[in-house]
Amino acid sequence: MTHHSTSASRRTFLKASAVGGGLLLSFRLAPLGSAEANTPDAAINAFIRISPDNIVTIAAKNPEIGQGIKTSLPMIIADELDVDWKNVRVEMANFDPDRFGVQSAGGSTSIPRNWDMLRRVGAAGRQMLVATAAKTLRVPESELTTNSGVVTHAASGRAVTYGQIASAAAKMPVPDLKAVALKDPKDFKVIGHSAKDVDGPKIVTGQPLYGIDVAVPGMLYATFEKCPVWRGEVARANLDDVRTMPGVRNAFVVKGTIPEGEMTLSGGISGGVAIVADTWYQALAARRKLRVEWTTGPHASQSSKGYAAQAAALAKQKPVMSIRKDGDVEAAFKGAAKIVEASYSYPFLAHACMEPMNSTARFQDGKMEVWSPTQNPGNGRALIAKTMGIAEKDITINMVRAGGGFGRRSSADPIIEAAWIAREAGAPVKVLWTREDDIRHDCYRPGGFHTFKAGIDAQGKLIALTDHFVSFGNDGKYAPLANMGASVFPADFVPNLEFGASLIPLGTPTGPLRAPGSNALAFVFQSFLDEVAHASGQDPLAFHLNLLAERRVQAAAPQGQPGAPTPPSFNFERMRAAVHLVAEKAGWGKRTLPAGTALGLAYYFSHQGYVAHVAEVTAAKKGENGIGQVKVNKIWVAADVGAHIVNPSGAINQVQGATLDGIGNLLAQEITIANGGVVEGNFDTFPLLRMNQAPPVEVHFIKSGNNPTGLGEPALPPTLPAVANAIFAATGVRVRDVPLNKVSKGGAAV
Amino acid sequence: MAFTLTVNGTSHTVDVDEATPLLWVLRDVLDLKGSKYGCGSGLCGACTVHVNGVAVRSCVTPIASVGDSKVTTIEAIGATEIGKKVQDAWIELDVAQCGYCQAGQIMSATKLLEQTPKPTDADIDAHMTGNICRCATYNRIRAAIKLASGQPVVKEA
Repeated sequence: MTHHSTSASRRTFLKASAVGGGLLLSFRLAPLGSAEANTPDAAINAFIRISPDNIVTIAAKNPEIGQGIKTSLPMIIADELDVDWKNVRVEMANFDPDRFGVQSAGGSTSIPRNWDMLRRVGAAGRQMLVATAAKTLRVPESELTTNSGVVTHAASGRAVTYGQIASAAAKMPVPDLKAVALKDPKDFKVIGHSAKDVDGPKIVTGQPLYGIDVAVPGMLYATFEKCPVWRGEVARANLDDVRTMPGVRNAFVVKGTIPEGEMTLSGGISGGVAIVADTWYQALAARRKLRVEWTTGPHASQSSKGYAAQAAALAKQKPVMSIRKDGDVEAAFKGAAKIVEASYSYPFLAHACMEPMNSTARFQDGKMEVWSPTQNPGNGRALIAKTMGIAEKDITINMVRAGGGFGRRSSADPIIEAAWIAREAGAPVKVLWTREDDIRHDCYRPGGFHTFKAGIDAQGKLIALTDHFVSFGNDGKYAPLANMGASVFPADFVPNLEFGASLIPLGTPTGPLRAPGSNALAFVFQSFLDEVAHASGQDPLAFHLNLLAERRVQAAAPQGQPGAPTPPSFNFERMRAAVHLVAEKAGWGKRTLPAGTALGLAYYFSHQGYVAHVAEVTAAKKGENGIGQVKVNKIWVAADVGAHIVNPSGAINQVQGATLDGIGNLLAQEITIANGGVVEGNFDTFPLLRMNQAPPVEVHFIKSGNNPTGLGEPALPPTLPAVANAIFAATGVRVRDVPLNKVSKGGAAV
Repeated sequence: MAFTLTVNGTSHTVDVDEATPLLWVLRDVLDLKGSKYGCGSGLCGACTVHVNGVAVRSCVTPIASVGDSKVTTIEAIGATEIGKKVQDAWIELDVAQCGYCQAGQIMSATKLLEQTPKPTDADIDAHMTGNICRCATYNRIRAAIKLASGQPVVKEA
């Protein structure tokens, strides 16, 4: 590879244009700071250190929540640096966006946002090493090649390892990232080859690794009881009784700072009672003696039953807000050969990460240091600064491996609780939530209600579609993540279409849950389209391939609130290819299945990924219109997330996990509100999927010629409708309300 | 109250309330952080340890009930032949996603293989259903148990 000379200094900010998202990312490619004083390693740049014995340490810049990014992002750097993965050690980066760029986990953005940038970071390091080798060997750079951490001059048979020249290379000017030479992808040796999770050995031997495992000298433990109702405050609490309990150091009331109208968990600290003790169990035992009288405020009258009643009333009226309008639906319905109508609903959901919410904080000499299993350290730092009046420069957030995230850990509430309680307690404190705290103080996936009407012409084509979406929100604004974009499929593919919405007032925080928006919209739209397919007399596969054959309306401009899942541009040919492949792999229409066993098809575009599922289900009808035992036998998945799968092992794991997560959503998960608070509290009432319910998931990737995109989320949305459509094919009973255990009269025994 | 217990072959005396669950003695008194807190109610299996050769949920096992039993945790299960095979299979098949539940999964799987050296799918369902994996790595947990037991496994990637 050739070398591009450069005059840029290592102190300047460099800008790299990220091809993936079209974003202009700016960051300073500076040496890896914290550890360099303690090692003989040479810091090539912020991401790369090389030891004299040629071991390469690469910084993992983004939070690891189980999506495998601590492994896959360093793989990208290693490949362009041209070193062997077996000689790479990975360490978690500091939270320092000036050096590392955006550091968060969410929206399946880590790969698309970093793909190009981290390739350039690795290539820049390689270029500095080649330039150094040219000087050392006194030959032109153009005569040098690299391989496995060695620079070779073929003509003279001489070679130097990166480790031998790393300290000299570290003093070279940092190249212009825009100009560095990148590998031809056919020469990738790390990208596209399965690597095992870099923390695997620690995980299987039980070494301390997670937020809950953090230990700081002199640390105390805290539990924090909050009001069951959002923004409720402590009126009275028997603190004196609690303070006499064994091991208790302190117990105090925290007055909430969350502003009125705030419906996220990152707006302040909740009111409550903090109990600080020598051990967490002592704090918990003391909490059992705690009696709090709450001032609950206006949300205490809300309930799921009330929401359902309001939804039923709103659904009978015209939508209050318009989301999208194409053509003339009323005229099209009049001329339609067939009309299909149906109403769907889905519940609020909790995240239920395996590791309950926690954070550890130390406040010393005016400086706050936090250790947190967070998805968004910047959010935590900003909330501490705002709530506690500490300058951001005096706040350090350490990212710790998280036992699951799923969107929950984008919120900063555990961070502000730890910081606040540590300052108040005058000692380092770990705040750990109970499972019940975790289920009852979440930012929930909002529930929703959809009333659909479709018109089909004499040829079986879908010519008109309306959806009245009854969602949640206050003062005419959707609650966080309770919105619907204008481009939800099949918008653009139906000539006459109207989407409208009406809102039910909500007094419970909502937020992103894995594939936000899509995780619910895929279920209702892909299920209703399956109804339309059957009503049109066509096989669902044929119906969908027809639907995906041409765009019938000009693409809508993205619309909706920030964070809305409004895809930039839906490429229906990529979707068709995924549908084709999954149907072929599942033997759609080619296999004879026993009675009561059937296939269901669904597909969805989310987070820039094109994913299609076929589920094979064995199910029995129960009673008039109910469903008995449901067994998902197998799910086939075809996914197109671009030209390269950075780490195939991790990628397959993500697709399997997201798919099975969807089955968990479908079977029995539901958050119920009563008296303004959450009823469910643990895994007995909010059941997660278990081994005996988990079918094999067969995964196929389509490597289309597109930039790689993320995979934490897009494989979830098609699962629910694929299984629900298979249940219909097997039983004739349509699943229109989830979870499945509340389907119509019969109920389900799952 | 003082309790003397044997954990991973070493005797410890701890001074805690008698109702304290074994999990919190392991984690916060003996500094063995491998066993995880997930539910506090024996519903998820993240805290699974072996007490006198029986797999128990340490989050609902009061220290007073442990007596002079021998406790084995994830930190020492690799010293047993089966435990080591299970850990190696977990690494070989890259089972973990977030990894938080895997200590409990490995402790349960080791117990399964001690009792049933060549488990069928039905054996795995029956024995492992008490251990929740929120990331749903169940396909690979099943494969890793089979690999550790010497049964054929098709590697995916």
